[in-house]
Amino acid sequence: MSQPLLSINNLTVQYQVATPVTAVNDVSLYIDPGEIYGLAGESGCGKSTLAYAVTRLLQPPAAITGGSIEWTASDDSRIDILRLDGETLRTFRWEEIAMVFQGAMNALNPVHTIGSQIADVFKDHGTRMTRAERTARAAELLRTVGIDDKRLKSYPHELSGGMRQRVMIAMALALRPRLIVMDEPTTALDVVVQRNILEEINRLRGEFGFAVLFITHDLGLLLEISDRIGIMLTGRLVEQGTPHALQNSPQHDYTQHLLNSFPSLRGDLPLTGTRYVAGGSR
Amino acid sequence: MRYYLRKLGFYLIATWIAITLNFLLPRLVKGNPVDVILAKTQSSGPMPPEARHALELQFGLSHDPLIVQYVHYLGNLFTGNFGLSVSNYPTPAIDVVAQAIPWTLVLVGLSTVISYIIGVVFGSWLGWKRGSWTDGLLPVSTFISAIPYFWLALVLVYIFGLTLHWFPVAGGYDLNIVPAFTPEFIGSAIYYGVLPAFTIVLASVSGQLLSTRNMMVSTMAEDYVTTARAKGLRQRRVFGSYAMRNALLPSVAGFAMSLGFIVNGSVVTETVFSYPGVGFTLLQAVQNNDYPLMQAVFLVITLAVLGANLVVDIVYGFIDPRTRLAN
Repeated sequence: MSQPLLSINNLTVQYQVATPVTAVNDVSLYIDPGEIYGLAGESGCGKSTLAYAVTRLLQPPAAITGGSIEWTASDDSRIDILRLDGETLRTFRWEEIAMVFQGAMNALNPVHTIGSQIADVFKDHGTRMTRAERTARAAELLRTVGIDDKRLKSYPHELSGGMRQRVMIAMALALRPRLIVMDEPTTALDVVVQRNILEEINRLRGEFGFAVLFITHDLGLLLEISDRIGIMLTGRLVEQGTPHALQNSPQHDYTQHLLNSFPSLRGDLPLTGTRYVAGGSR
Repeated sequence: MRYYLRKLGFYLIATWIAITLNFLLPRLVKGNPVDVILAKTQSSGPMPPEARHALELQFGLSHDPLIVQYVHYLGNLFTGNFGLSVSNYPTPAIDVVAQAIPWTLVLVGLSTVISYIIGVVFGSWLGWKRGSWTDGLLPVSTFISAIPYFWLALVLVYIFGLTLHWFPVAGGYDLNIVPAFTPEFIGSAIYYGVLPAFTIVLASVSGQLLSTRNMMVSTMAEDYVTTARAKGLRQRRVFGSYAMRNALLPSVAGFAMSLGFIVNGSVVTETVFSYPGVGFTLLQAVQNNDYPLMQAVFLVITLAVLGANLVVDIVYGFIDPRTRLAN
C-alpha cells in the first residue's frame, strides 16, 4: 500500500452564481485501497459536492476552481482525474469509480427494467458480450446482493426502497470498480433495512475488495463502519482520524458537538442539542 | 389485460354519454330547421300548414315524446342517418361530412405529425444543449408562438400567394381537374395543401418545441440521468434512453390528444384557405343553422377524440410501465 488509491489535494469547488458560494474549500484527503472512508457533516456542508467532484459529475454553475484529484490506476500509474475528458472520462467512470446515490427512489430510470439498466453498463464499456451473457451477468449481480434474479424484469416502481438500493449496489459492482462513492445510501431507509444494507456493503467489500467513500450526516453510523472518518463543516474538512481517535480525543469543537448530540438510550444524560455556530458561541 | 378491458368499458360509457348529449343539445336550442326555411321564405307569403308538415317530415322533425325520438335517433345512428343537410339540401348530412373528412385528415393530420416530429426532435436537442448558444433560439420560437394564428396565415397568404404567386390561396384542388385517384389530381391536391400545411406547422411547432425543451431540461435534473452519466454510458444512450425517453412521456399524450382534434379540422386554417375540410363544413353549418349537419360533425369529432384517447391509454401502457396494473 505504497500509494493511496485516491488523493484529493486542496480541492476547491465553487457555485458560480451572482455571489459565488464556495461549497468545498481547500479539502485534502486520501483513500487507501479497500478502506472505508466516512465523510460526515450536516446538510449543505459540501460533502455531496465533494463526491460529485470526484466523479466529475458537477454541472454548471458548479466548477472546480482549485486543487487536484489523483487516482492510482491498477498498473500503479497516476491519473489526474480533473484532466480526463471525452471517452477517457466516460470509460473511467464506473470502471474505476462507481457511485450509489442518495435516495434510490429516482436513481433508477422508471421506464426500463432493472435488468436492462444493469445490462446498459456492459453495452457501453467495451465488453463484447451477447445479450444472453449480459442478462446472465445482471442476474448474477442481483443474486450477489441477495435479490431473486426473477426481478430482472421488474421496473423500479415495483421494488421496495431497500431493494432499489440493493439494485444500485449490484449495478455499482458490475465492472468491479476499485472505489464506490456512496452518497447517503441508507438515508431514506428504516433502521432495519439500513442495517441489512450496511452488512451487505461490508460483506461485498470483503469479497471484492473495493474501497468506499461513504457520505452521510449520521456520525454514529460512520463510527461503526469506517476505517477513517473526515468531518466537514461549511466546505472545510475540519478533522480526520480513525473512529477510535475521533471518539476519544476529538480535536475540533464541532466534532465534540456532533459526538455529544447522540441522545442517550436511557435518556439520563442531558442533550447538548443546540445548533453549532462556527467560530464561537453566540 | 384487465387494464385494457377496463379502459374499453370506460370509453363505451363515455361514447354513450357523448351520443346522448349530441341528441339533447339541438333539441334544447330554440328553433328548428323548418323554422329556418320558413323564415327564409317568409317574405314570399304565408306558408300553408300542409307545406310545413311536409318539411317537418323531410327533416325528421317529430312531436313524439323525447324518449321515442331518442330511440329513433339511436336507430338512425347505426345506419348513419342524420337527416338531410339544410345548407346542402337535399344531400344527407353524413355524406357532406364524409366528403370533408379525407381533406382534413390529410392536411391537418400530416401537418400535426410533421410539427410534432420537428418540435420533439429539435426541442429535445435544445434541452440537451441548454446553457449554450442554442438558448438564443428560444426567444425566436416564443415570438412565433405568440403571433395569432389567423394573422400569421393571412401574412403568409399575402406573401406566398398574392405577391409571389408561388401557391394558390384558396381551395383544396384545381377545380378544372376531375377529382379522382389520378396523379394529376393528387399532385394538384398536394400543391394546394402546401401553404395551409406550412402555416399549421409554423404556428404549432414552436409551442411543441418549447414544451419539449423545458420537459427535457427538468428531466435532465433527475437522478437517473445523473446515474446514467456516472455509469459512463455513451452520450447517445444517456440522451435517448434515459433523458429523452422520459421527457417525451407527457408530450406523447399531448400528441395523441391532438390527433383526436385533427378530425375537428383547423377551423381557422380551413376558413382562411376555404379548404374543403371538416372545419370549413362546420363553420358553414353554423352559419346556416344547419343542425343535422352540425350534429353529424359533432358526432364524428366526438368519436375521433374518444378514439384518440383510447389510443393514448393503450400506447401509454406500453411506454410507461408505471401506468400498467400489476398482472
